[in-house]
Amino acid sequence: MPLRLLKYAFSKEHPDPAFFTQPDSLKHSYDAVIIGGGGHGLAAAYYLAKDHGITNVAVLEKGYLGGGNTGRNTTIVRSNYLTPEGVKFYDTSVRLFQELSEDLNLNLFYSTRGHFTLAHTESAMRTMRWRAEVNKHVGVESYVVGPDDILKACPQIDISCGGNAPILGALYHAPGSIARHDAVAWGYARGAYQRGVDIFQSTEVWDIKTSGGKVVGLNTSRGFIATNKVLSAVAGFTPRITDMLGIRTPIVIQPLQACVTEPMKPWLDTILVSGSLHVYVSQSSRGELVMGASLDPYELHSTRSTLDFVEGLSGHILDMFPFLSNVKVVRQWAGMADMTPDFAPIMGKTPIEGFYLDAGWGTWGFKATPVSGKTMAETIAKDQAPELIHSFRLSRFEDYELTGEKGAASVGH
Amino acid sequence: MNRRLETRPGEWIDRDEPLKFSFEGKEYTGFSGDTITSALWASGERILGRSFKYHRPRGILSLSNHDVNILVTDMEDTNIRADVVNVKEGMRLLAVNTSGGVKKDKKRWLDRLSAFMPVGFYYKAFHSPRKLFPFWENVIRKSAGLGEVNFNYPRTIKTKYHEHCDLLIVGAGTAGLSAALHAAKCGIGITLVDENRQAGGSLTYDCAGDQESKTVLRNLLDEIKHHPNITLLTGVYAAGYYTDHYIPLVREDGITNMRAKAVVIATGAYEQPPVFRNNDLPGVMLGTAAQRLIHRYSVRPFDVGVVFTANDQGYRVALDLLEAGVEVAALVDLRKKAASPLADKLLQLNIRILKGYCIYEAIPTGDHEGVKEVVICPFDESSGKPDTGDLVTIACDGIAMCAGWAPAAALLYQAGVSMRYDNTVNQFVPNKLPKGVFAAGKVNGRFDLESRLKDGQRAASEVLSMLSETSIKVVSEPHEGNTPSHTFPFVPHPKAKNFIDFDEDIQLKDFINAAQEGFDNIELMKRFTTVGMGPSQGKHSNMNAIRILAKIRDLPVEKIGSTTARPFFHPTPIGHLAGRTFHPHRLTSLHDWHQTAQADFIAVGAWLRPAYYSIAGLSRDDAIIQEVLSVRQAVGMIDVGTLGKIEVHGPDSALFLERFYTGGFANQKIGSTRYALALDEAGVILDDGIVARLADDLFYLTASTSNSAMVYREMQRWQQKWQLDIGLVNVTGYYGAINVAGVAARKVLSKLCKASLSEQDFSFGSIIETVIAEVPARIIRVGFVSELAYEIHVASQDALTVWVALMEAGEPEKIRPFGVEAQRILRLEMGHSICGHDTDGLTNPLEAGLMFAVKPDKPFFIGQRSLQIIRKAPIRKSLVPFLLDHQDGMETPKECNLVIAQGDIAGRVTSIAFSPTLKQAIGLAYVSPELAIQGGSFLIRTDNGSLVKAIVAQTPFVTSQIGDSKK
Repeated sequence: MPLRLLKYAFSKEHPDPAFFTQPDSLKHSYDAVIIGGGGHGLAAAYYLAKDHGITNVAVLEKGYLGGGNTGRNTTIVRSNYLTPEGVKFYDTSVRLFQELSEDLNLNLFYSTRGHFTLAHTESAMRTMRWRAEVNKHVGVESYVVGPDDILKACPQIDISCGGNAPILGALYHAPGSIARHDAVAWGYARGAYQRGVDIFQSTEVWDIKTSGGKVVGLNTSRGFIATNKVLSAVAGFTPRITDMLGIRTPIVIQPLQACVTEPMKPWLDTILVSGSLHVYVSQSSRGELVMGASLDPYELHSTRSTLDFVEGLSGHILDMFPFLSNVKVVRQWAGMADMTPDFAPIMGKTPIEGFYLDAGWGTWGFKATPVSGKTMAETIAKDQAPELIHSFRLSRFEDYELTGEKGAASVGH
Repeated sequence: MNRRLETRPGEWIDRDEPLKFSFEGKEYTGFSGDTITSALWASGERILGRSFKYHRPRGILSLSNHDVNILVTDMEDTNIRADVVNVKEGMRLLAVNTSGGVKKDKKRWLDRLSAFMPVGFYYKAFHSPRKLFPFWENVIRKSAGLGEVNFNYPRTIKTKYHEHCDLLIVGAGTAGLSAALHAAKCGIGITLVDENRQAGGSLTYDCAGDQESKTVLRNLLDEIKHHPNITLLTGVYAAGYYTDHYIPLVREDGITNMRAKAVVIATGAYEQPPVFRNNDLPGVMLGTAAQRLIHRYSVRPFDVGVVFTANDQGYRVALDLLEAGVEVAALVDLRKKAASPLADKLLQLNIRILKGYCIYEAIPTGDHEGVKEVVICPFDESSGKPDTGDLVTIACDGIAMCAGWAPAAALLYQAGVSMRYDNTVNQFVPNKLPKGVFAAGKVNGRFDLESRLKDGQRAASEVLSMLSETSIKVVSEPHEGNTPSHTFPFVPHPKAKNFIDFDEDIQLKDFINAAQEGFDNIELMKRFTTVGMGPSQGKHSNMNAIRILAKIRDLPVEKIGSTTARPFFHPTPIGHLAGRTFHPHRLTSLHDWHQTAQADFIAVGAWLRPAYYSIAGLSRDDAIIQEVLSVRQAVGMIDVGTLGKIEVHGPDSALFLERFYTGGFANQKIGSTRYALALDEAGVILDDGIVARLADDLFYLTASTSNSAMVYREMQRWQQKWQLDIGLVNVTGYYGAINVAGVAARKVLSKLCKASLSEQDFSFGSIIETVIAEVPARIIRVGFVSELAYEIHVASQDALTVWVALMEAGEPEKIRPFGVEAQRILRLEMGHSICGHDTDGLTNPLEAGLMFAVKPDKPFFIGQRSLQIIRKAPIRKSLVPFLLDHQDGMETPKECNLVIAQGDIAGRVTSIAFSPTLKQAIGLAYVSPELAIQGGSFLIRTDNGSLVKAIVAQTPFVTSQIGDSKK
């Protein structure tokens, strides 16, 4: 039993202060306002305060902290992307994640499990090699492995997938990890709050005011705020914010669904992804299998679940693990993924001065939480996006300089 | 100890069928109809499970799948819910999540350490120093989880049906049965489902010591039998509500996905435990659980019991206990003022009623196996505090708990029903219901027998009026009398162990501490404390959590709201959800022939295609080389029936193709073919193919095998926007296609075809409609794998005739079939790229060297504007052909190896193959523009890191013969 837990047994009162408390009202003005109290928005607030000393900041959250895609993803962290720009960016995130529990002094259950992207076809094997070669070039530990290596890491898998889609090999990515997603939001919120950031839940932004192409303030359900800097970090709600300013983005909202089984004793130590079978699966530290699949193939601004999703996923998971037939699915849910045409995010400055965008996180947002927070904080503080996110700028769509990450999406979308 | 009562009317067990089984190594006898739990409890067992976190001993809580105190394994299957799964002869059962048996669980010391494990403790330790976390993580992972998975469990095949009905009623209790009978009179088709093995809901057990409930139930069920339009299904649960009244009904042997015109949710309510110290000891159970034991399984819950109630239900339970021969030592009523109509009846029986009292704590027996006595004291309802100055001890071996209810409203929430908190019943009830969704009974805040019957009829009458059936409008009055649920049945205790969520071992103080730490929003509280996140999904805990938070924040309950109730209502097996799975492949009409000819198949898109034809004594590679050489030296043929084939009919056909593809088709001559390239709006290559014009208003085109479905879909999508006067017909399956290629192709084909195939009459780039082997055919002169090649399109059913005829006619030329592998080499030798293989999700025609197929200045084509912009910027990469400067012992690069220049990525290989014709490795690669110089060279990094030199070459790599004259 770690010493840190002693205090709980030997103190009469519960010894922990609040992670965050909400001020009674908004200040009249803030140096910066962040829309969205998810992982990204809270991380940006944290790094604004920590790295840049900007603490007169408000985070506004329509619902509750981490209630959007931060709390709806399947918690996988990896950097085995396809473009050198993408790999470098996500690798920075992985490194920040590795130190984050200590940085935030909160156990995020950041668990390095190793990540296999299974290939069932020759063409998938080609893409795996492409990703492996780019990863290796940038210094990220990824390589193509054969069925034997997969069996060594996960002896329970049916490598022939019931004879339906035999596994030919995989892209193995050693730093692939999972983490406790909610805690990431809470940890950043606490760190920001302790440094003086105001966090408001149940607070909706109604309108963003500009003057001469510059941000001057926001109207919210708690009143008006004067500010010259606004960051939008709202994932699936991005079009509603950008519409307020008439900014055009190529974002399309599509549902992404997931589900979780009853807890069972640990047996799956790795993270497995199959593009052909449209499955990703890992076992949480609570013992549940956390499973996801591909995007729903239509635009929808809703978080409703569908039965055909979980039926299809169940069939595919049984191809890999037939013995799970009588293991039960406890819960399913959906998130709204803000998809971009090139499967890369949209980050940085916009045509409106003082309005910064952290969007287009589609199905790859959670793993980028620390790095997006850090780079967006720098963008806001310096009014200049760092080199690391240059490839993700909004203007790339006009310039036809896309950052093609479709081939590195976890499953075929 | 035998707790089985004498035979009782209406019991669910069959005493003529005793069953032997074992639990934790000990033999027991139960009866057919017993659940595992009821059989064990009847045999006097108390500790049936261990709790998740603290490994506390646990017995019955709800006996109805609202908790997971008792999970067992039969070593085949795990996490079996013993409360509701019937015992079977010969079962050998163990409790899950114990170490060394349920009674002597070695982890029971964790209970003593609970002070070290406050709410969210795992967030606050174990992470620093970082290098120790993997150790702690391992400890935590092993102690979490419940049962062990059996890796040899078979893949089950469960049936899946799809059905429709007029009205689906979920819950065959009082309200559900009543609704069914009322609606049935109008003749509509009704499906009535209940998760229990018998219909009746609380009528089967909530009797208050008399026979009225069972008489009412008998009458209702008799009447149901007389309505052939009511299908009553028991042992079936509605797992979730999905858009447009789509509800999976889960049986033991499968799922029926039901689409209903209307749904009545009559799912009742879950009884909620009052919260006091040691409310989880074996022997402390919900009042309804005690009633279920008595009336369904004829089991005496305990010998001497105390009823702890905060509503009138406790009085009903007390009467049932008395009727079953239990000595009721006291009825402790939390309420000081409220008077139960049944109080007099109990007083007449000399039962001690203590009003305004609480159970302060339950005292365990020395071995912790059960309850020894309870400590009671006065309770101040307004402050929610016990008066511990006046503690009284009452000896007993069991406690029945009644504090109130939570609506079983999961399906209503999923249907988008907004709920409001009703202060007369102290319960969330439906406020606004979407069209076609109705609620009746306890879930709708109706508790008395009469009002539940009436509410069922009321819901049915609303269903009928929605379905435009004539019916008499029925109105049901709101609840009257004492509230069924207490607002705050919580007894604080300095030593805690007063549990709210039994799945997750969450105590009263955990909520207070979580709120202190800032998690004072119901959704955050759920995630931080994990209340309601266990396998029973908050059925016995969410309502109490809401009440506590309301108290902490000093807000009315409705302001707290509820967490989102997501599917599934009960956890549902993966095998059930999967049903039978299908992995369809498309096969061409020549598939059997290929199989006979020893083809080795690979999946290409949805199709299975021959990769190559194996030959005894030849390796795979050598067999492929033979196939390549036969085309180069004589003639070969390949089944290309998998190509996408689309006909475009109508006056606007040419205009449609002008817009869809990059090239020009308006002036295309009848009988000619053109290469066609399709882009998306961003100028990225989608697919390529051949467009043949057969008439002014008829084009026939091909698309690549793996893209054909997408191409057809995109064509339809654009046509929706453009609304041109055309018709699109996907004839992919209708036509078979055979490609005959090689220097002798013309010679072979001429034997079977009357039309002139001479170079003048039938040159590259033309199509003829003719007859081959007495079969009508469209023949296209193509050049993908060889300069001389014919693609013969015939009706699928005729393809075999033509194929066999070609094999015979080609015998003198030693014709042989070839597969996809040889085709890839042949086309590479010809210098052709393949869409999707040599292009990726961002490749434009400038980069792929396909600008010859683009007519940039026509009025419009998809991707035109993007391409105009892209053309203004310098090109970033080019697809170039290359030859390998091969040295012996050198590692041959593979496809997707990178091109490296000055230590940085400068491109990648998309195709590489050993050319049997040139006896040299050839390929295609994207390289940066400065490397794309004819005769220049670049370096490819192989898998093992060595750099291999490639020389930029010219295409075609191979000049093949076209027969009687050179092109």
